[in-house]
Amino acid sequence: MAYTPHTDPDRAAMLAAIGVADVDALFEDIPAAVRAAGWEMPAPLTEQELRAELSRLAGRNRIPDVTFLGYGAYRHLVPSVVGEVIGRAEFSTAYTPYQPEVSQGTLQSIYEFQSLICELTGMEVATASHYDGATATAEAALMACRLTRRDVVAVSTAAHPEVRRVLATYCSGPGIEVVEVPAELAAGASGQTDPSRVAELLGDQVACFVAQQPNAFGVLEPMRELGEAAHAVGAQFVAVVEPTSLAVLESPAGYDADIVAAEGQPLGIPIAFGGPWVGLMAASMSAVRQMPGRLVGATRDGAGRRGYVLTLQAREQHIRRERAASNICTNQALCALAATAYLTAVGPEGLREVAELGATQARHAAAALRSAGLAERRFSGPYLAEVAMTLPDAGRRHASLTERGIVAGALLERDYPELADTILLAATELTTDHDIARLVGALGDVA
Amino acid sequence: MSIVDERHPAAAGDPSGRGSAFASPSAGAELTIVEPTIFERSRAGRRGVRFPQPSAAARAAADDEPGLPEAARRRVAPRLPEVSELELLRHFNRLSHLNIAIETAFYPLGSCTMKYNPKVNEWAARLPGFTDSHPLDPEVLAQGSLELQWLLAALLREISGFAAVSLQPAAGAHGELTGMLMTRAFHRSNGEGGQRTKVLVPDSSHGTNPATATMVGYTTVTIPSNERGGIDLGALRTALGPDTAALMITNPSTLGIFEDQIDQVVAAVRDAGAIAYMDGANLNAILGRFLPGAAGFDVMHFNLHKTFSTPHGGGGPGAGQVGVSARLEPFLPRPLPVLRRGDAAEVLRNAWNGRATDGATFGLDWDRPRSIGKVRSMFGNFGMHLRAYAYIRANGGDGLRGVSNDAVLAANYLRVRLADAFDLPFDRICKHEVVFSGRRQKRQNGVTTLDMAKGILDRGIHPPTIYFPLIVDEALMIEPTETESLETLDRFVEIMHDVARQAAEDPASLRAAPTTTPVGRLDEAGAARRPDLRHRFGVAPVPGGTPAD
Amino acid sequence: MSHPGDLRYSKEHEWVRIDGSIATIGITSFAADELGDIVFVELPEVGATLSQFGSFGVVESVKAVSDLYAPVSGSVTEVNPALADQPELLNSDAYGDGWIARVELSDTAELDALMDADAYAELTA
Repeated sequence: MAYTPHTDPDRAAMLAAIGVADVDALFEDIPAAVRAAGWEMPAPLTEQELRAELSRLAGRNRIPDVTFLGYGAYRHLVPSVVGEVIGRAEFSTAYTPYQPEVSQGTLQSIYEFQSLICELTGMEVATASHYDGATATAEAALMACRLTRRDVVAVSTAAHPEVRRVLATYCSGPGIEVVEVPAELAAGASGQTDPSRVAELLGDQVACFVAQQPNAFGVLEPMRELGEAAHAVGAQFVAVVEPTSLAVLESPAGYDADIVAAEGQPLGIPIAFGGPWVGLMAASMSAVRQMPGRLVGATRDGAGRRGYVLTLQAREQHIRRERAASNICTNQALCALAATAYLTAVGPEGLREVAELGATQARHAAAALRSAGLAERRFSGPYLAEVAMTLPDAGRRHASLTERGIVAGALLERDYPELADTILLAATELTTDHDIARLVGALGDVA
Repeated sequence: MSIVDERHPAAAGDPSGRGSAFASPSAGAELTIVEPTIFERSRAGRRGVRFPQPSAAARAAADDEPGLPEAARRRVAPRLPEVSELELLRHFNRLSHLNIAIETAFYPLGSCTMKYNPKVNEWAARLPGFTDSHPLDPEVLAQGSLELQWLLAALLREISGFAAVSLQPAAGAHGELTGMLMTRAFHRSNGEGGQRTKVLVPDSSHGTNPATATMVGYTTVTIPSNERGGIDLGALRTALGPDTAALMITNPSTLGIFEDQIDQVVAAVRDAGAIAYMDGANLNAILGRFLPGAAGFDVMHFNLHKTFSTPHGGGGPGAGQVGVSARLEPFLPRPLPVLRRGDAAEVLRNAWNGRATDGATFGLDWDRPRSIGKVRSMFGNFGMHLRAYAYIRANGGDGLRGVSNDAVLAANYLRVRLADAFDLPFDRICKHEVVFSGRRQKRQNGVTTLDMAKGILDRGIHPPTIYFPLIVDEALMIEPTETESLETLDRFVEIMHDVARQAAEDPASLRAAPTTTPVGRLDEAGAARRPDLRHRFGVAPVPGGTPAD
Repeated sequence: MSHPGDLRYSKEHEWVRIDGSIATIGITSFAADELGDIVFVELPEVGATLSQFGSFGVVESVKAVSDLYAPVSGSVTEVNPALADQPELLNSDAYGDGWIARVELSDTAELDALMDADAYAELTA
């Protein structure tokens, strides 16, 4: 037992107080027929042995020297202060703030998180967090079904495949039909979702239309027009967004989105092989009682001091049980705190710089590949910091570059068979001129 | 603010050794004032982190590409705070002082397993080889992440006795959702999808169980508890039928009691053709003593943040892995980490004995046609997986068994030591937690369990869980865990006796508690009637929220 | 606890006041006390049809939630607009300003299935 404080005399004293001879007596209520016979488990490790084992595993991962891989998970600078804040045990080793008088640190930081997400999205209310962007999107769709009392969900195929997969799983539960609106992917097409296709395909049983900005190919969608097409049939418009882009792209409130869902990982959270990340969700106050997940509100104590509490809890499972808005309980509070610290550390100027640097370097990479005669932009639609390029013989060349420690973005064919020989390159503020030169050079070498 | 309440000597000694925000006279006013929001600390033009400017070459190349269309541009900038790094740290550090946490004080929050979160786990989680591993990297670059997941799944199978494990669910409730979706897929595959529509749930269950059943389109049937705190087997047998999809049962239960007829419960459920789901929230009590998979359960979720010591984080991230029996295995979420090359037994032997596994290669198996699909993007909360792996390896099999021994020992010790002060609705051997009732204090002194919890706050520790499970009047649910010393447990006994004494002798003062915390009891009704859920810029609080920008 | 003598009561703790063909509906002060501080009332829509003892809305307190059951059948003609901003009226004036909805009665015989004040007082004693 690596972490228990008890000495044998301590245990003897407790057994004596309880009045049993040995600890086995405390397990006699397990029926003999189903008592464990034994197990094959490894021996305990000391800290130095454990460090060696975890270093071994971390060392088996090869972190590329140069990477243009994004496609839903983005490498950004995590400012040192962010790690410092979330490393504080007063935050990390507390739990859900059930006793507000001794949880004001957690509660106020969540209130600040909600406020920051409202500012970024322009919406009126944001939840305390969800598991990730995909589950937040799925919950947003279910919320739209409750709000509209309809049971069909429509989604653009240009929404990230991971988002669509999770959406499909969640909708399969209550038997909600998912309709996909195909994006314009033909050679020379925009790579966008066409609002007129949305208008054609959406019927009056559709609860919501889900579109992503920028979409899975990095292309900017005509969000206002897509939202209008959804609203025309009385459906909610669910916008899935990338949070750092909101420094420069129109806020979802600006194009009349009804519900916003997002993956918050780019806000100071390491990629870490897929998690823990944090899902963001925002909406209007009129929809708040159908929102899933925790909310923190400001109030006062008896002496008039400002304080914070979990509020509108009657929506939640521990009170409403089988009629709750969702079964969500524990969420991603510490990751939400990281996002709060991140947005505070970079401020409005810093976030704009992050978005613009990514946009500049994505263009730099696209221009460099084009002028080297290696690759052309796949789509005609506008983009921000991620760009799809047609690269002949992409699979082989991508694999060759991997061997050289360079990840030449994502191969889109795996998820979109019609996008053969298409790589998706992501740039962030960490993408250097040298990275771009190495990508171009190496791709030239394996031509 | 005065700190030491002279009426209650227990408050004078700080059993927590916790920081001073709760007001020791020497703490100084700085730490006891209310911290303004980060927005109120903001000053236009102040900066924290700065970023490099793009090179002239980059800008020139970028100018050859199309820019951002005007219609896509944001019109009103978000009003993020503008502060220096030092001001940021002061703000969050001061906020942190307003919290009680495991590392600052005893935190016997029942059902939550607030055990020590080892620091070596945090060291491991911050290794760049893990933090910079991209989930969509080619498999050849991610062998360490994939091997760790494969090894953890192997350990969780052994710990639970299940045939297979998915690491994908992100929290306990998410694991429940996964389990219920698999339940439905199973019945559909047998042609019974339309017929099996009901999920049975004991009246002592977590609220997540019935909420989950609803999310999957099932209706919930509540099964009563018997007079000994277990599920009423007769009522269960009556409720089971061809329309039953599953029983969801927490074992040990939320009363801290092992279901001593669990073999008959499982047999009855399986005989009815239904799925036996075990809520594994309380696994910390039975490691090495009861293997749910071996005992006939079909599916269980683990809570890595409870049993396997990953930090609770103020309410997440959690991790809710699911183990399943062979008949549910085809329905697990995809993908699953698999060994692509190598001999499984040899890889495990090498890994368990500190030897390299370099010859083995790992991958992700997406080819699972009967899978329920994905419940989360990518592969789950990997950072929690690696912490749990570290914890299990640090303890080893014997250590994990010892964890449960000591957790159960501590809970029973508190059961015996506090039985004179509080009513014990189910007076029998408990497992990891013990549930008392404050009904005696309510009846005799007009003091509620809430009042007593607030009185406990004035003594510098976190109170137990209150008002849960719902079937115990004025419930006080105490889970000490295995990582609290006998001195801490004894101090807690003193505190609880002192609170009971205060309830009897001076109930009015208890109803006014807490008085030593950063804020007193807050107006929760006001918060819910007129929600104030976000900072307002230069506007006095308005009922009903603010309009969008 | 005493309850107004001119009202009829359901065992689900709703009251009804009859004024011609219009029935005003609310929850009893006993129910309001049991729920504690009421923070939200989900009201039916005007024009909705209620059936006797059927659920027609929800009332929430800080830590509990409870269905509202119609004591009589009928079509909703009016809902109490003050409750949106002041749900606490259910606590402070359950039989007056805290009324919930008015309905056009469809069957006066249904009133026979309800209790008078004394019977209700006995039920809640």
